[in-house]
Amino acid sequence: MPPLVALYVRELRLSVRIGGGALMGVLFYLIVVTTFPFAIGPDLNLLSRLGPAILWIGALLATLLGLDRLFEADRDDGALDLMVASGQSLELLVIVKVLAHWTATGLPLVVAAPFLSLLLAMPVDVTIATVATLLVGTPALTFLGAIGAGLTVSLRRGGLLLPILVLPFAVPVLIFGVAAATAVAYDPAAFRTPFLLIVAVTLTAAAISPIATAAALRNGLD
Amino acid sequence: MLYWGSMPAPEMPVSQPFQPFRLVVEALGVDRGGRRVIEGVDLTISAGDAVLVTGPNGVGKSTLLRALAGLGRPVNGSVRFEADGVGDPDEVGRHVHYLGHRDAVKPALTVRENLAFWQDFLGGEGGAPVEAALEVVGLLDLADLPAAYLSAGQRRRLAVARLVAVRRPLWLLDEPTAALDAASEMNLVRLMTDHIERGGAVVAATHLAIGLAGTRSLRLVAGETA
Repeated sequence: MPPLVALYVRELRLSVRIGGGALMGVLFYLIVVTTFPFAIGPDLNLLSRLGPAILWIGALLATLLGLDRLFEADRDDGALDLMVASGQSLELLVIVKVLAHWTATGLPLVVAAPFLSLLLAMPVDVTIATVATLLVGTPALTFLGAIGAGLTVSLRRGGLLLPILVLPFAVPVLIFGVAAATAVAYDPAAFRTPFLLIVAVTLTAAAISPIATAAALRNGLD
Repeated sequence: MLYWGSMPAPEMPVSQPFQPFRLVVEALGVDRGGRRVIEGVDLTISAGDAVLVTGPNGVGKSTLLRALAGLGRPVNGSVRFEADGVGDPDEVGRHVHYLGHRDAVKPALTVRENLAFWQDFLGGEGGAPVEAALEVVGLLDLADLPAAYLSAGQRRRLAVARLVAVRRPLWLLDEPTAALDAASEMNLVRLMTDHIERGGAVVAATHLAIGLAGTRSLRLVAGETA
């Protein structure tokens, strides 16, 4: 197996085995989203209007949940040392790890979203729009989160610091995501602009994050 | 031939000799936690060398080995790997094995998966197959067991199997015998001897006297190198 493929496969294996985070994110997502109808009450109009926002907030929180372990586990057992010393490009390693992490934790959220939208009485077109925005928007959250994970890797119990660092940068994704999904209910043409802006944020994050994360990791390796 | 404990000796995978190489360390200075730990280390390690790094706790043995492996940035000086066909002299990491205090073993993966990953990741050309490497360290029977169930010594042996499964000319071993029992220690020494005979080199930081013939000693003293 080529090195980067081997890394991808290993990351996926680890996330579905005991102690991995793959199922945790979806369960947390389920819990957060199902709590909203209880809090808001049986007002279906209100629920369906808030639906995209609820799904997006849930996805944002669920994504942040497992990110602190992205590099910490490898640092604790010395694997990160070997990876950095291996002579492979650290930036490429970060991309592979982020993609594997998204496949294991982000993609399940996207798949779960249509089912959760039933609980929120969301119309079909808004559901489709929300799932589309989640599909292109959650990779941005993982890429941004990787920077935070790289910065906090050398800290013990850096778990809470990571969301504080990452959340401000994740807000644009949230705004455009909810804007695009909500727009569909009133004017399908208004979906395009915010949707393209999320794509732009994702691409920017994918370009900047590997470089920033690799720099943070090198700095934290002492 | 090598074997572990009282088991019948497994066939050591035959491996090609290494081509000549040199690791050249010039005026190396490394900081750790804002304090100068390594200062002015000059060292040349060539094929067939065994260098024992000794010194009291906290003198910088681990820091020196990490710097040789390309981990952590030297404040001054340089570490170069020179050999025929090596284009970029700075890519030290591609030519060395770094066996640190931590074993880089994932508890959730099986013994075989752990080793197979590192072989794929670090490049398995010329190294022993996974099964053969596990047999050398006496872990073949446990190959399908999750590594979470291994003892500290067995985890260490799994890390040692990496040296066999991935072919690298220079081994940097930091306290390699930690957690190993007497028989395992003997076998590690035999692995090292075999590696040196094939034209490899070993730099080991250890408190134990590893009986390798022709061993050079590098004694680190606080504040200077002797």
